[in-house]
Amino acid sequence: MAAKLFGATVRSHDGVAVIDLSGEVNAGADARLDAAYSEAVATGASSVLLNFEAVDYINSTGIALIVGILARSKKERREVLACGLSEHYRKIFEITRVADFMHLFQDEQTAIKQAS
Amino acid sequence: MTALTKFLRRKPKVEQPHEVARPRTPVESAAVDISPNDPLIAYFQSATGAVELDGLELESPAKEALKEAGMKLVVPLISQGELIGLLNLGPRLSERDYSGDDRKLLDNLAAHAAPAVRVAQLVRQQEAEVRTRERIEQELRVAQLIQQQFLPKELPNLPRWQVAAYYQPARTVGGDFYDFIDLPDGHIGIVVGDVTDKGVPAALVMATTHSILRGDAPRLVSPAEVLKHANDRLYPEIPARMFVTCLYMVLNPETGHLRFANAGHNLPYVRSEGRVTELLATGMPLGLMPDMTYEEKEAVLEPGQSLLLHSDGLAEAHGPGDEMFGFPRLMGLVGVSEGGSSLIDRLLSELHSFTGADWEQEDDITLVTLERSAASPSMSASASNSAHTLAEFTVASEPGNERLAMERVAEAVKELGLESSRLERLRTAVSEGTMNAIEHGNYNRADLDVTVHVAASDEEVIVRITDLGGGREIPGEVETPDIEAKLDGLQTPRGWGLFLIKNMVDDMQVSSDEHTHTIELSLKLKGNGNGS
Repeated sequence: MAAKLFGATVRSHDGVAVIDLSGEVNAGADARLDAAYSEAVATGASSVLLNFEAVDYINSTGIALIVGILARSKKERREVLACGLSEHYRKIFEITRVADFMHLFQDEQTAIKQAS
Repeated sequence: MTALTKFLRRKPKVEQPHEVARPRTPVESAAVDISPNDPLIAYFQSATGAVELDGLELESPAKEALKEAGMKLVVPLISQGELIGLLNLGPRLSERDYSGDDRKLLDNLAAHAAPAVRVAQLVRQQEAEVRTRERIEQELRVAQLIQQQFLPKELPNLPRWQVAAYYQPARTVGGDFYDFIDLPDGHIGIVVGDVTDKGVPAALVMATTHSILRGDAPRLVSPAEVLKHANDRLYPEIPARMFVTCLYMVLNPETGHLRFANAGHNLPYVRSEGRVTELLATGMPLGLMPDMTYEEKEAVLEPGQSLLLHSDGLAEAHGPGDEMFGFPRLMGLVGVSEGGSSLIDRLLSELHSFTGADWEQEDDITLVTLERSAASPSMSASASNSAHTLAEFTVASEPGNERLAMERVAEAVKELGLESSRLERLRTAVSEGTMNAIEHGNYNRADLDVTVHVAASDEEVIVRITDLGGGREIPGEVETPDIEAKLDGLQTPRGWGLFLIKNMVDDMQVSSDEHTHTIELSLKLKGNGNGS
């Protein structure tokens, strides 16, 4: 089965650094996700929004990568938000308590409005 | 002396050694046959050069025949001390006798021609041998084709039974066969047999036996009756010195009950808690004697027990020192191995280390194994009794193949109509379980398989994911990862797999034996309070 490659691009939206994620968040996403987060930080934004709209698969390794990002942001006292998760992955973020440390929003607009 | 005779037939071409410059039409003489025991042969064998037929005092029909054909001078062609042909010459056209110079020239010519003729003869001989070999190979291919035509294309799909079969013909193709026959009431007939002799005749007898058994089994059912009838029909038709050993058993997959009869075939082995017993029933091979009767016995294969049916090819394989693999060794291995396909894998790997790499397989090897799954303590009795298999498959232990397993399970459970949120949960659990099996059970070794078994009852779907990481301690309760510690960098951010699986399904059980490690996932078909 051809795996869909992971992609992550950074853009700015009303002072929030938005990382548009796509494809599969698994072991193969490691370096790219890390680089995208660094890029987002470099924009000087105090809030980073992970946009999962175009993501179709997240596994436990992918969750570990996101926890890694949250650990970095916690140290830097930076806010990380998420939007565009399917109902299934939203549930998984709640079960794993990742949602306790990263506010989940239905869509980008709502998230940007709530960003501090 | 065939080559010599043939050569003589083609010959008399050399004439007029002194007048080769003058164009002349060569004169063809009639062919002369020389019997291999004609004294002329012995004479030529020891002659030192050209022989004048007129001056030769020898009682020889060949000499007379040559003279009659108009020959005057014969030069034996000798290569490496062996007479391989004759150079026959008629009279000189000038009507003078052959001179000393002529003879010297001819001797010289013969000395050069003899090795060349010998080479030509050897080439022709070799070509004939190649043709013979090709004919034999062709015959082997036909035998193989016949035989394979009659082997089952697929194994019976029996819930809670692991059925596996292995058949490897020897190069010269023996007459092994096996078969599974659907019988009334969901019973299964299992046949393993071996025709003495090899090649096309054995393959044809095998095909006949196969057809007789297939025709009789559903009608007669009783194994002893089936074999008796097969013997009655084979005996008048089977070629002399050929017979068929054959074991026939009828399995009731619901109860594990077996009825069997044996026409001189190897005794099946049953493994029960590490002990191995033979299933003994007596009877003569099929086609050997008329009016035979066969003993019929019964046995029960309990959950967790396994059975091996086997032909001679394995136990009678010879090692490099000419010692035999042997039945005691085979029996011992059955006692210490899992059943099903892992038993076959184990036996073959033991065989290969016993025989060494250069071994040429002497006889067909046929192995059929059956294992009745141990009753799973994790499943409720009602669920386990009515669960039926939806799919069983393997994936190689390569990163990324967990997605493949996930898609195939999703495909297999389609018919159950799970609501989409529950299907998503099952997908994630299967993907995580398979990823663990690939990484931690099989260490990402692409040559090792992860086996996925999907079954469903009226209440739930059960997925079992098995890797080869047996013999290790099973972790007890799955711990809830401490996300605070992970965020503070006190723990690795990883370690979510098992926790995730446990929270995706209604029940997760992990079991392990000496070789394998299995994670069993149960998901109720209808959602309850479990977050869905």
